[in-house]
Amino acid sequence: MYIIVGGGGKVGYYLAKTLINEGHEVLVIEKDKRKCAFIAEELGSVAMRGDACEASSLAEGGANRADVVVAVTGDDEDNLVICQVAKQRFGVPRTIARINNPKNEHIFKLLGIDVTVSHTDLILSQIEQEIPAHPLVHLLKLRHGDLEIIEGTVSERSRALRRPLRDLPLPDDCIISLVVRNGKVIIPTGQVTLEPGDEVIALTKTESEAALRQLLLG
Amino acid sequence: MRVVILGCGRVGATLAQMLDEEGHDVTIVDLNIDAFRRLSPEFKGTAVVGTGIDEDVLRRAGIEQADAFVAVTNGDNTNIMASQVAKRVFGVPKVVVRIYDPVREETYRKLGLDTYCPTVLGARNIKLLLEGKAATDLGSRLRSGA
Repeated sequence: MYIIVGGGGKVGYYLAKTLINEGHEVLVIEKDKRKCAFIAEELGSVAMRGDACEASSLAEGGANRADVVVAVTGDDEDNLVICQVAKQRFGVPRTIARINNPKNEHIFKLLGIDVTVSHTDLILSQIEQEIPAHPLVHLLKLRHGDLEIIEGTVSERSRALRRPLRDLPLPDDCIISLVVRNGKVIIPTGQVTLEPGDEVIALTKTESEAALRQLLLG
Repeated sequence: MRVVILGCGRVGATLAQMLDEEGHDVTIVDLNIDAFRRLSPEFKGTAVVGTGIDEDVLRRAGIEQADAFVAVTNGDNTNIMASQVAKRVFGVPKVVVRIYDPVREETYRKLGLDTYCPTVLGARNIKLLLEGKAATDLGSRLRSGA
């Protein structure tokens, strides 16, 4: 795939490095001369000096044949414009924006950005995972359809114990995707029975999360 | 008319005062509190400190009741984002956005924003003055897609 990365800071640099290693064709567009020189030195001739918000830079970078444009500058308004210009003027099929202020997520969604990544939210959920007292951990929030992948440990008090999964009163729009018992993975077919201490990974609609928590954690 | 103006630079402050003198209800927003010094002591409107791409700041500025929103900060992208938030999130009926970069201006005009590009209009008028003609009516230029 041909991927254009707008912004050559830390995120842009490591993203480009990873994508190149995976065999993609990558171009980083970065305003700052020194950052550009650093990327060129480290990764080869994959950096172009320019402003990814400007159509001329995107045109020079070959945006009309890009499969994906990823905007990872530290300014949300710049990331929005990079993605919108890429989509509107160059018909780029997929645009991904980094979001610095989590409040902007629904705005970006409303304004037609395909995917948003909020590092602030990611760091928060990472920290939440490391706090043992937190009963149900969000592993991933899927933007389309308000879906979440969550992880939790079945408690002694759970109403889900000692009966096969197919008989559990699971909330609607919720499916148990994986059970881990003593480090071993169990595929959750209908006859599997949950035990206290089982780690459960489930896919659920956001609104069903509370009911699922009730059932698994008691 | 209730108007929210984003950016209290020369244009923002002048516009705020013009509208205020005509009896409109004006709120002006700027990140920098010192920018409000540009407003005359007679200004009767409201000044709000904060970034215009933040929904909560815009709410504080009364955007939910606003009839019009104008984005005239010195950052094109800030203006672009704020005006789209005003239009799409808050449904403000009239939104005008200043964009210096002519290419970006064209992109967002096509996307349905009421854009104003001082770069193109300024250059065109200066050329007319050089040729000894009167500067054009900006309104008609704006409408014809200058």
